[in-house]
Amino acid sequence: MRVMAQMGMVMNLDKCIGCHTCSVTCKQAWTNRSGVEYVWFNNVETRPGQGYPRTYQDQERWLGGWTLNRRGRLSLKAGGRLKKLFSIFANPKLPAIEDYYEPWTYDYDNLVQAPLGDHVPVARPKSLISGEDMQVRWSANWDDDLGGGPDLTRSDPTLKAMTEKANTQVRLEFEKTFMFYLPRICEHCLNPSCVASCPSGAMYKRAEDGIVLVDQDRCRGWRMCVTGCPYKKVYFNHRTGKAEKCTFCFPRVEVGLPTVCSETCVGRLRYIGVMLYDADRVAEAASTTDEHDLYEAQRRVFLDPNDPVVAREAERAGIPRDWIEAAQRSPLWALINTYRVALPLHPEYRTMPMVWYIPPLSPVVDVVRDAGVDGEDAGNLFGAIDALRIPIGYLAELFTAGDPAPVTTVLRRLAAMRSYMREVNLGRPTDESIAATVGMTGDEVQDMFRLLALAPYDERYVIPTAHTELGDPTALAHKLEETATECSLDYEGGPGMVGGGPFGEGSGGAAPIAVENFHMLKDRQTADTVADPSDRVQRVNLLNWDGKGRPEGLFPAPPAERPTAPQLMEGTDPDGEVEPRP
Amino acid sequence: MSPLSTVDVLLWLVFPYVCLVILVGGLVWRYRYDKFGWTTRSSQLYERRLLRWGSPLFHFGILVVLLGHVMGLLIPESWTTALGISDDAYHVVAVALGTVAGVCTLVGMAILIYRRRTVGPVFSATTKMDKVMYLVLGTVIVLGLANTAIANILGSDYDYRTGLSVWFRGIFYLQPDPALMAAAPIGFQLHAVAAFALFALWPFTRLVHAFTAPVGYLTRPYIVYRSRDAHMGSRAPRRGWERTGS
Ligand code: HEM
Ligand code: SF4
Ligand code: SF4
Repeated sequence: MRVMAQMGMVMNLDKCIGCHTCSVTCKQAWTNRSGVEYVWFNNVETRPGQGYPRTYQDQERWLGGWTLNRRGRLSLKAGGRLKKLFSIFANPKLPAIEDYYEPWTYDYDNLVQAPLGDHVPVARPKSLISGEDMQVRWSANWDDDLGGGPDLTRSDPTLKAMTEKANTQVRLEFEKTFMFYLPRICEHCLNPSCVASCPSGAMYKRAEDGIVLVDQDRCRGWRMCVTGCPYKKVYFNHRTGKAEKCTFCFPRVEVGLPTVCSETCVGRLRYIGVMLYDADRVAEAASTTDEHDLYEAQRRVFLDPNDPVVAREAERAGIPRDWIEAAQRSPLWALINTYRVALPLHPEYRTMPMVWYIPPLSPVVDVVRDAGVDGEDAGNLFGAIDALRIPIGYLAELFTAGDPAPVTTVLRRLAAMRSYMREVNLGRPTDESIAATVGMTGDEVQDMFRLLALAPYDERYVIPTAHTELGDPTALAHKLEETATECSLDYEGGPGMVGGGPFGEGSGGAAPIAVENFHMLKDRQTADTVADPSDRVQRVNLLNWDGKGRPEGLFPAPPAERPTAPQLMEGTDPDGEVEPRP
Repeated sequence: MSPLSTVDVLLWLVFPYVCLVILVGGLVWRYRYDKFGWTTRSSQLYERRLLRWGSPLFHFGILVVLLGHVMGLLIPESWTTALGISDDAYHVVAVALGTVAGVCTLVGMAILIYRRRTVGPVFSATTKMDKVMYLVLGTVIVLGLANTAIANILGSDYDYRTGLSVWFRGIFYLQPDPALMAAAPIGFQLHAVAAFALFALWPFTRLVHAFTAPVGYLTRPYIVYRSRDAHMGSRAPRRGWERTGS
């Protein structure tokens, strides 16, 4: 047994309202730069729909992830090492910018600069790739809320796979279809095919928390990782020529803050926590022959943090005590293992993804309610779950490689919770048989409800902080140095880092992971006094002000208070210059 | 033999060493200063149809050409003779392989340059250094191919393996004989000068990617694990704060 810790996420899809707040805040934080205009570390897809980039789930076309070769061994679907090296000069399976979308801006200048004329001036769309005028024909969410209608939706690879397997024609007429949202980030897989595809070894999985990252100094732009990832969550920065991906907001997570997408999620549907797993069994589990067994195989790789043997092994493997405790309190463990309502996204890609989903019951509830019967009655819901082949089949295609059984089980649990809790809410005697039909007790159902519906911040996000002191005696000193003795903008190239060094855009030193110092940010956000503006680095300005009080230095000092002014006014300047200098 | 002129000494003695020093020093310097800029800067995201043809043609061509140069320049004639390879056989293979590879390289490069110029997004992502690089690289390739073509079509009694090659190896023994180059035909002279100029330019262009060809991929384990501590922060520790041990 080789115990490792993995940071992961669970999203409860019933609660996603498709507002895209997560995508926007993520973009603001990480990819609001040139070269990554088209990059969405977090995106929210309408299902059914084509996804982003278009049809990325069609692995017969994009060849992402792993497959079993003729001898039943795990191999990269796009080809092994030699094949990769021979096709490196022009990657045969790289999505082009059209498969994402051509990013654009508008010629706003024209609105104010256009000469007086008979026509109202317009702001034309301009491509951010070529700088030319362009027609906007597609973007990251062109088919949002089923926009574009059946013609677009029909190209959804999941629908196609379903149609082929079940031989059912999915009805796409507007009123008969179902819809839900699927927010996606990088899965920070246990068996990441992006890492395996990187020829220069620049991508790595962090041993402490399993976060998958690209070393920007080692990436050489071979762009094989983009092909390797079946979820298409590695993107190519076309200005710097380097791959970039979701970082699980590691600078935040390291100090115990949730990722930006979770923190800002309007539906509060994201859970972050630690899972312990047996690294020795990952490859074996990923090689499971029957795709339908992959979900269970991955579940068996996880280790029970409450098992004393596991805890001891974990400690032996150097996992800190507070991480083991965090694993015991992990909402992921509860949702994946205790209540068994979370499922992995596309386990058949064999990367052992670590962002799991609670499938939505809402398509079922909607049908029941539209039929004019009680949408909170267990019998009605169970009946509908059994009858509604299409949404169930679709969810199974997403979460269990097409096996409807686990999806049905999860939905029945959610349905049972729904009707059981109605009695509780109405103050009526509860019906224990409802809980019993899904193999739970009433108390368990109530606990699950608590976690799914009410859990406060610190139960949704159980994030142990990184141990900077481990094996690195100077790290702490370095941290102190960073907060106290130098300006966080004091690095090669200065703030912004746009423009680049002598070898074109993006050359020169790497921009720091975040200009904001997250330790400081956290201190400020958790302090109940106004942050102390003891020096210029910590000074609160309008950009980092959190609304608490009116700290000194928030606004520039009014002219009269400027200390230099009176001094100069006294005429002590030998040159006789009396003008106050700024 | 006439005594060497200053120009000869400068061209065949000083210039190569200056270029090699710039190459090595430049690579070391760039690797230390600008790892972040060390990339192919792939433009496949913008355009793939032309790249699908141009890039493999060019790269496979140039790699074979490179191999040919290693054979022709670095392996002395006496070695191949000792192996029982006759001069004629060597020549046939060299010319056949060289011509095919050279033509592939040239066609590939023509496609790549055409693509750089005509595809809007690729053109706007082209830096000044790219242009200079293509100019010099193109010159080297065209001159080299021209030499081969002239030698084959017109016939020539110049044997570079006893002239140019010996001089080239001499550079690495630190005793090059400039007279050998001074006696070489003008085509070879120009090719050699352009090639050394390319070496001097190399560290400052995107060509650096060739020096980090990912051969290690063949042997490393698929999944790379790295410890967080080994790579903390995005900036090197300042003097006095370096980590100990590890
Ligand atoms: C030996 C290993 C090499 C590998 C693996 C390699 C790989 C690559 C790759 C992946 C690209 C980017 C293509 C794209 O997507 O746009 C590229 C571009 C390029 N390479 Fe190489 N290369 C190698 C050697 C060389 C050598 C020896 C030269 C020249 C002497 C060279 C010259 C170029 C040039 C000029 C480009 C730019 C093509 C363009 O106009 O976009 N490469 N190389
Ligand atoms: S989802 Fe993330 S970790 Fe998994 S293969 Fe893709 S980029 Fe790699
Ligand atoms: S912020 Fe939350 S609710 Fe809104 S789209 Fe993102 S995941 Fe869904």
